[in-house]
Amino acid sequence: MADVEEPMALDDANWDGRWNHVSKFLERAGPFTHPDFEPSTELLQFLLETCKILVIGAGGLGCELLKNLALSGFRDIHLVDMDTIDVSNLNRQFLFRPKDVGRPKAEVAAEFINRRIPGCNVIAHFKKIQDFDESFYQQFHIVVCGLDSIIARRWMNGMLMSLLTFEEGVLDPSSVIPLIDGGTEGFKGNARVILPGMTACIECTLELYPPQITYPMCTIASMPRLPEHCVEYVRLLQWPKENPFGDGVPLDGDDPKHIQWVFQRSRERAGEFSITGVTYRLTQGEPRLLISASLGLSCLLFRSAYISLNNYLMFNDVDGLYTYTFEADRKENCPACSQVPQELQFAPSAKLQDVLNYLTKSATLQMKSPAITATLEGKNKTLYLQTISSIEERTRPNLCKTLKELGLTDGQELAVTDITSPQTLLFKLSLST
Amino acid sequence: MLELWEVLRQFFWRYRKRSSSRKSTNIAVRAAAMADGSKGKSTKEQKYDRQLRLWGDHGQDALENAHVCVINATATGTELLKNLVLPGIGAFTIVDGHKASGEDVGNNFFLSIDSIGKSRAQAATELLQELNSDVSGNFVEETPDKLLDNDPEFFHRFSLVIGVQLEESTCLRLGAVLWNAGVPFLACRTYGLVGYMRLAVREHTVIESHPDNALEDLRLDQPFAELKNHVQSYNLDNMEKKHHSHTPWIIIVAKYLEKWYNEHNFQLPKNYKEKESFRELIRNGILQNENGVPEDEENFEEAIKNVNTALNPTKISRLVQEIFDGEECKNITSQTPAFWIMARAVKEFVESEGGGNLPVRGTIPDMIADSEKFINLQNVYREKAMQDALLVAKHVESLLQSVGKPPESITEPDIKLFCKNAAFLRVVHCRSLADEYSVESLNKDEITSCMDSPDCEMVLYLMLRSIDRFHQQHSRYPGVYNYQVEEDIGKLKLCVNSLLQEYGLNVNVKDDYIHEFCRYGASEPHTVASFLGGCAAQEAIKIITHQFVPFNNTFIYNAMSQTSATFQL
Repeated sequence: MADVEEPMALDDANWDGRWNHVSKFLERAGPFTHPDFEPSTELLQFLLETCKILVIGAGGLGCELLKNLALSGFRDIHLVDMDTIDVSNLNRQFLFRPKDVGRPKAEVAAEFINRRIPGCNVIAHFKKIQDFDESFYQQFHIVVCGLDSIIARRWMNGMLMSLLTFEEGVLDPSSVIPLIDGGTEGFKGNARVILPGMTACIECTLELYPPQITYPMCTIASMPRLPEHCVEYVRLLQWPKENPFGDGVPLDGDDPKHIQWVFQRSRERAGEFSITGVTYRLTQGEPRLLISASLGLSCLLFRSAYISLNNYLMFNDVDGLYTYTFEADRKENCPACSQVPQELQFAPSAKLQDVLNYLTKSATLQMKSPAITATLEGKNKTLYLQTISSIEERTRPNLCKTLKELGLTDGQELAVTDITSPQTLLFKLSLST
Repeated sequence: MLELWEVLRQFFWRYRKRSSSRKSTNIAVRAAAMADGSKGKSTKEQKYDRQLRLWGDHGQDALENAHVCVINATATGTELLKNLVLPGIGAFTIVDGHKASGEDVGNNFFLSIDSIGKSRAQAATELLQELNSDVSGNFVEETPDKLLDNDPEFFHRFSLVIGVQLEESTCLRLGAVLWNAGVPFLACRTYGLVGYMRLAVREHTVIESHPDNALEDLRLDQPFAELKNHVQSYNLDNMEKKHHSHTPWIIIVAKYLEKWYNEHNFQLPKNYKEKESFRELIRNGILQNENGVPEDEENFEEAIKNVNTALNPTKISRLVQEIFDGEECKNITSQTPAFWIMARAVKEFVESEGGGNLPVRGTIPDMIADSEKFINLQNVYREKAMQDALLVAKHVESLLQSVGKPPESITEPDIKLFCKNAAFLRVVHCRSLADEYSVESLNKDEITSCMDSPDCEMVLYLMLRSIDRFHQQHSRYPGVYNYQVEEDIGKLKLCVNSLLQEYGLNVNVKDDYIHEFCRYGASEPHTVASFLGGCAAQEAIKIITHQFVPFNNTFIYNAMSQTSATFQL
């Protein structure tokens, strides 16, 4: 599917005084600017004509980001978003109107900005970030993220890491593409600046993300206590069993018919255990991601393009307004940005399931559904892969086998791929008792 | 002048009509949606779904019945309006006497190239109105000074007035009018890379403060009779494993506390050592298999983990005690707002039936247990909470009677909500602008102690006061044009010094800041305006919904370092 690329005549859409607010910061010296900063009229020209920015996500944060970038002089902007517009977006994603419901967010957002801000040329990509490779991402000066999933952030992080080049072990600064990331939840938010290979990256600080609330399966299956347990029962167990809207049709949190079905059955379930509190709103809340954009939390992110935020800002206005700014440290052995080979230590009698558990449960790795391959007898062998059901079935018995039984040796390399990174991660297997 | 009155007359009529019809429509729509979940939600409920999770239907009602006045449709003003219009504020009125300039259009999303030379108020209103057809957008093409001259009461009708980029004299005049009329006032300003907000409201009460990390109200140190009886019904020494392993940790702690009391003269474990012993006591209660190896009893692990907080003595926080001790609580009249009547009722409950404690909250956290045990325990707390709320309601009734008001003035759901949030009540009192600016009552201590760190955000506050002084003297702001930047540094420094001298502030303002403020040239970069507009809108929503706690009373945002601070000036 071809991307929507409207040839925009970049003629002089500048009127008197248009850039007055911006130019004072680009053309005047000041006591607090970066030591390398040299005021000049060329900086504005750079913004207007040369600088290429990638914005990921056209939701709550994305709309704010686009507006702020456009009004600060950025014109060559690419926008990636795989979603379409829903009614529930309209209370904060201000580039969308009721008539746009159902259309791709990236396209509508680009149209609106290009119309409202003369000269601005936002190019929309109704795609997933994973649909692009290095050749796409390489062209940008800065990447700004307004994503709603940790997995996507980690993938983006990994992609920019993969673009880094080293000359005799020394990082080439021209291969560094800064990543500005932000997220919100209710009355809280955060923003950070990541210089890949130089400052703390997403993987370095995985623990900063709040753990997603999951309930133990035994609670959901046989011992519910809260209305949430009842909803999860219907979502995780009843839906896949009954397939109410057709075989393999997944639950769509935006489809009122789906939610209605879940709501009614959750109520029934709750009734069996005398649990009160299952409401339509609670039901709708369950399939949603925990990180959702809030209102009014505007883009702090762009400020950093003037004088860089170093490097993490937290915001909370439940009680008054509170911000906390600190420098997140790089992790010495970060799997994404440290270049340090990752080690796996297991006894030869350990099972492949144990390795899988470690990859998914360890706080530093937090993989979702890793695929493990190894070179055995000169051939590339898939030990376990979850995401394709035929291969999953075929490799499932390996999980119960010991590493020794699988033919793995001490010092062997295991290649692991996962949705959380565009790159294959190599682990050195250390087998010891 | 005739035009102005005509505009005002028309918009009042429109506002009154819209507001009353909207309220009844709201109630009808919500009732229809709630009565039968199977019909799904109205489009409006779907649209507002994400925000309803934050402040509920009653919060949304408050928002939809509010009318906010914003003075000056600069970028800061329109950004904050955007953030009020999107969630469905009832109505807004922009007061702005300016014509839109090329510079204005350059940093403002709600002005277009066609707006140049036209009324900024009108152009902004039209583009903001597009965001949400539920909202009533109005404008008055007049300066606030003119309105203050001719009709200060114009401002009385608003739920909140927000003054953006106001000159000092206008700000103080407006502040005085609103303070006397009891209308909350929020002043906002974006000045270069500095954001500033000042809230001036005499008294703002909050029932639902939604605290981030609230302690549970379990009463383990002072179990009420029904809880004691329920705990009695368990015999941990004589239970099948599956029941033993699925007993709620609250019961476990209560049981072992009884054991502890017998051996420790009815004293709670107090220090770390005693709590450790208590944890050991519980650990020893874990069932063992035939080889003497402890079984996997997660509920016991939960009990051990929660010992620290579970044994916190039940007590009334200082903030809530201050509310009970407040003047408003003591003198109940027919004018007393519902908040204070309920506060007084709860106070009376505390002093009688409550035995020194607030009404039981009625909620317990989730914990490992089988459904039946958990629900039964939960019901013990719920029922006690209901009983306590009924007792509080009786106090409310007699208070209302004593001032000649009908019992329906405060409803049962209101009282229930108040009781549930009794531990989290908050009251915010801001000082007036007059007090902040007067030489006698300015908060010298706060300013001087902050300035011990010369780069503290307080220096930015002093700089804002100084550029206002500059404006007073020179009828312009420093450094607006390139050629002015250097020579204005000296002039601004004189203003800084005269400010410090007049107020007797023995602090040092670094020259760097004076230079920086000349560099700003009174610019309003969009990104700073956007952030400040976001903050301001959130505070406005807090004021209107009376949920979450507003700041008190001066907020400074430093976009250079991405830091912020709040001062009480």
